[in-house]
Amino acid sequence: MASQVEAPVVRLSDVEKVFTRGDEAATTALEAIDLDIRRGEFVSLIGPSGCGKSTLLRVIGDLIQPTRGEVVVNGKPASQARRERDYGMVFQAPVLMDWRTVQDNVRLPLEILGRPTAQRTARAREMLELVELGDFLEHYPYQLSGGMQQRVAIARALSFEPAILLMDEPFGALDEMTRERMNSEVLRIWERTGTTIVFVTHSIPEAVFLSSRVVVMSPRPGRITRVVEIDLPRPRNEDSRETPRYFQLVTEVREALRMRGDRPADDEAIGDVPSVDRTMAEGAVG
Amino acid sequence: MATAVAARGRPVAAATDRARGRGWSALTFAGILLLLLAVWEGVKFLGGVPWRTPGAVPGDPVLWNPPFRWPFANDLNLPHVWNIVLAFTQPFQRGAEATLAEYLLGAALYTWREAAIGFMLGGFLGLALATVFVHSRLLERALVPYVIASQTVPIIALAPLIAFVMGQSVLTVVLIATYLTFFPVTIAMIRGLRSFDPRAMELMRSYAASRWQIYRKLRLPASLPYLFTALRISATASIVGAIIGEDAGGIQAGLGRVITTFNQYYITGPEKLWAAIIAAALLGIAFFLVIRAIEIAVLRGQPGAEGG
Repeated sequence: MASQVEAPVVRLSDVEKVFTRGDEAATTALEAIDLDIRRGEFVSLIGPSGCGKSTLLRVIGDLIQPTRGEVVVNGKPASQARRERDYGMVFQAPVLMDWRTVQDNVRLPLEILGRPTAQRTARAREMLELVELGDFLEHYPYQLSGGMQQRVAIARALSFEPAILLMDEPFGALDEMTRERMNSEVLRIWERTGTTIVFVTHSIPEAVFLSSRVVVMSPRPGRITRVVEIDLPRPRNEDSRETPRYFQLVTEVREALRMRGDRPADDEAIGDVPSVDRTMAEGAVG
Repeated sequence: MATAVAARGRPVAAATDRARGRGWSALTFAGILLLLLAVWEGVKFLGGVPWRTPGAVPGDPVLWNPPFRWPFANDLNLPHVWNIVLAFTQPFQRGAEATLAEYLLGAALYTWREAAIGFMLGGFLGLALATVFVHSRLLERALVPYVIASQTVPIIALAPLIAFVMGQSVLTVVLIATYLTFFPVTIAMIRGLRSFDPRAMELMRSYAASRWQIYRKLRLPASLPYLFTALRISATASIVGAIIGEDAGGIQAGLGRVITTFNQYYITGPEKLWAAIIAAALLGIAFFLVIRAIEIAVLRGQPGAEGG
């Protein structure tokens, strides 16, 4: 019960995000979001397209500023947490630098953090061993399959030991089999590193299999409709996917997603991932 | 692992494909050149003046008498290809020791030096301007119109002005080459420095990377394909700038002066002007290919590096 005493790693209080684009009507991407994430937790954000789950992830990571409300990470404002390199990011696409080898891609954040060269090399190797890509240090990204590229992205995100790993549908572009293998892999890494993970996904089975808690969201405006505790015993493995409790929880999450049956859950994204220009304009990029 | 092996096989196959592609394009290039020569001589075959052996004097036998007499196809306006080729091996002027080929090579190298310095200055200027513009929308909006306007002023109007300010010197020529070079680089790099994957920018921000780190590790490497495309254009433009600039700059040693002189004495040796034009074209192509070779070396390993 130590987790109840300890302050949460992430605390979101009454967060709201409204996008205004030119003359168009404002879109409320997030409304009245309250959420605490405990240290070492694996929290999934799930919901249909347009429910604001990617926006919420970016608000936590200080890549988007909320219109209202407060984001506190490790007891600090999110902006300070970002400056202190508390976040590791993994996107749906691997976003590797084409011109860098696998090893140099993993070294990138360490270069930016100004770590000594020897440490960069050692860390990059260690992380690539962790994702079982130790034999591919000198390869270029285009020489790897999609799943392998995504593992490089995970190694890169973990390389500087961030307090929180933010993952935005990291396996959304992979086929089902690769995805399940990556799920087991990410669980193994999570158990080994003890990192807090916030994980955005479309997939109910994925969310249930991985998470300690599943946060169910609904669109227009993006809100949290339910939080489902996933009490499947750990360590979990492929067999966990076949237990009755697993199926019960999958059903529970599915029903939570259907709770707003009064509106069709159409897939037209509105506020899910805001236009890139906006994101850029808001940032320090200028 | 199987996927990795398959993936590793790919570059090899791509390399053979590329080699085959290069073979074909070389063949196509040669084919088009032959076609051009055939059209050139075909016109003379139909409407030129009577064909004689090279270096023939009046009274020598006529090899072929064309059925028509088109003024534009006579030996003054459109010399025979073989006479142009032959001119390269002749002294460049009466009593000179050097052949025209040697003379043109020397002039071309001189012009290339001017162009290359202007090219480098222009490249750096273009990169610097684009760097400022992508970091400041205000300066971009305020200054880009002037950058564009600068290129609408005809260089022949501007060249004497530059010469007037800078004096008749190599510096004038270099500046004119710079002037024609910086523009493609500026325009391409405004786009190139913004061509990064937007998620990569989010990534850099999540690392709290500084502007300089973002520039050095994301913007600049991502822009290299744009940079090299612009540099290839600028390479040829810098040659044109240097050739034009030599006239205003009063430079005696370069291709520009050679072209002007051969133009003035066209009647006494039309082949020489054509030879000088060919030399200028070859110089442009050579500079272009040098930049292309550097591009391939620098972008090696990047997918799409072989593309246009």
